[in-house]
Amino acid sequence: MKELLILSGKGGTGKTSITAAFAHLASHPRVIADCDVDASDLHLVLAPTEREEHPFISGVKARVVPDLCSGCGTCVELCQFDAMSLEEGARQDGGAVARCDELSCEGCGVCARFCPESAIELDPSDCGKWFISKTRFGPMVHAWIRPGEENSGKLVALVKRKASELAEELDKQLILVDGPPGIGCPVIASISGAHLVLVVTEPTQSGRHDLERVIGLTRHFKVPACVCINKWDLNQDMAREIEDYCRDQGIEVVGSIPFDRAVTEAQVQGVCLTEHADSEAARAVKGLWERIDALLF
Amino acid sequence: MAAALALSASGSDTIEGPVTFVDCDVEEPNGHIFLKPSFTHEPEPVTAVVPRVREERCNYCGACRDICRFNAITVLGKTILAFPDMCHSCKGCFLVCDQKALEEDERLLGQIKRGIAGSGVDGSGRNSGRGSRDILFYSGELRVGEAMSSPLIKALKKRVGNASGLVIYDAPPGTSCPVIKTMAGADFVLLVTEPTPFGLHDLKLCAEVVEILDIPFGVVINRAGLGFDEVEKWCQQRGVPILMEIPFDRKIASAYAQGRAVIEAIPGLKGSFISMIHDIEQLIRQSGKKASEAGS
Repeated sequence: MKELLILSGKGGTGKTSITAAFAHLASHPRVIADCDVDASDLHLVLAPTEREEHPFISGVKARVVPDLCSGCGTCVELCQFDAMSLEEGARQDGGAVARCDELSCEGCGVCARFCPESAIELDPSDCGKWFISKTRFGPMVHAWIRPGEENSGKLVALVKRKASELAEELDKQLILVDGPPGIGCPVIASISGAHLVLVVTEPTQSGRHDLERVIGLTRHFKVPACVCINKWDLNQDMAREIEDYCRDQGIEVVGSIPFDRAVTEAQVQGVCLTEHADSEAARAVKGLWERIDALLF
Repeated sequence: MAAALALSASGSDTIEGPVTFVDCDVEEPNGHIFLKPSFTHEPEPVTAVVPRVREERCNYCGACRDICRFNAITVLGKTILAFPDMCHSCKGCFLVCDQKALEEDERLLGQIKRGIAGSGVDGSGRNSGRGSRDILFYSGELRVGEAMSSPLIKALKKRVGNASGLVIYDAPPGTSCPVIKTMAGADFVLLVTEPTPFGLHDLKLCAEVVEILDIPFGVVINRAGLGFDEVEKWCQQRGVPILMEIPFDRKIASAYAQGRAVIEAIPGLKGSFISMIHDIEQLIRQSGKKASEAGS
């Protein structure tokens, strides 16, 4: 079983459109995982159905029981995340009551442990949902994170684990993972266990800058990486500069895709680029997939 | 978008006070590419407090392990191990250790860069003169390999403090913790989207976050004219103001590719950016709050 992770650094480089096209093009039995849990878009193209839905409960959130709180302020003093505050005059006798801002609470539990009145409860935190669905290219594991949650790394790890269990169980040979943007927690969670990372970049100064940071991260975690330059013809000088950079780093540029309105047209119709009418971009993505297929199998 | 806003504002004589640009997209900061600041300060390291074990004092009671909800400390028999990468710096372990066997160590999260960026760019590379002033530039840069970006964003915003005038925060993508940390305290949020199904879907998710925080917001449609009008329809239905539409144009794409802001490719857009800032000021006044804003 092989796991291909598609990353991009910055959002909007075409990562999801390329992942969707790979889901269409791959010949090996496959499982698809959408690890961009913050802003998942893959389902807009793959139209998953018959989904199995599970809650994602992770960590805890502090909750003050107002009747027990004496307003002493111990929790406010100890909280490192500025989540606790005192609401003056909230008690019937005019005293203060502590309150917890759920969006700031990291669920460390220090406030509950040191509250002299035992007035703080820790509630399991309902952070989102994850799903196993059917698509026309095979099963898909995807998720939704409650806005403002901070456990997206854990949810990414869960989506990956479920995808890999499913692949094992159904004897699938390939896991296609649409990764999150950036280089932080969710990306780090998505990198572990990948056999190959494809970094989709754009021929722009920012694309190049972001590429270097993502490549740095794949080095840090010792996962092999290759690069695809999307919309390469929008700046051919920068595309060449990126090729040179990759050559110096010993990283293969496995394909370049021209700017093509067909990419958006396919998206509007809710189909993969390669399912849509023949286009220059679709042909380039086919070539790209052939190379990646050869690297993986 | 955020860079073009800062450049337009700093070159305008109808916008008062200093202009500050804060790059909160610490995982992939790009603001410096467009604003080309000269850095006026040495990069300032930002660290998180993590425990270091002084094993000679430890009695292996396990209290630190038990309070830690992030699995950053294990105690097995007569072995204690701290995993600083897992630590969220809640300091609970220090508080429960009665042997004083833990001391404060630091983990590097990243750095804050400060500088000054020029304004008055009018496409010819000349200084446009009147009204032009410097942009105070701040940027956070997450260390490659570091997982937690939120504490760095928090430190960055603290460093900026209560700056006067117009403060533009360039936000990271997504809807989770780092975005919330960036938006918190903003008087207005500008959501930048594109007219595609992906753009609309992400816009809806982002709007949900802004609504939770109860901050007034508006939308900019970038690469307009791609033939999908559902974004406009959605904004109209929801009463969300569309403050600007930037057409898809190879000139803009090519300027962006070279690290030039959109107003350098199409100087005519500068006026639109300035009037958008005035529109935003108006919207903030209507919502009863005061000036400064966040770009997303």
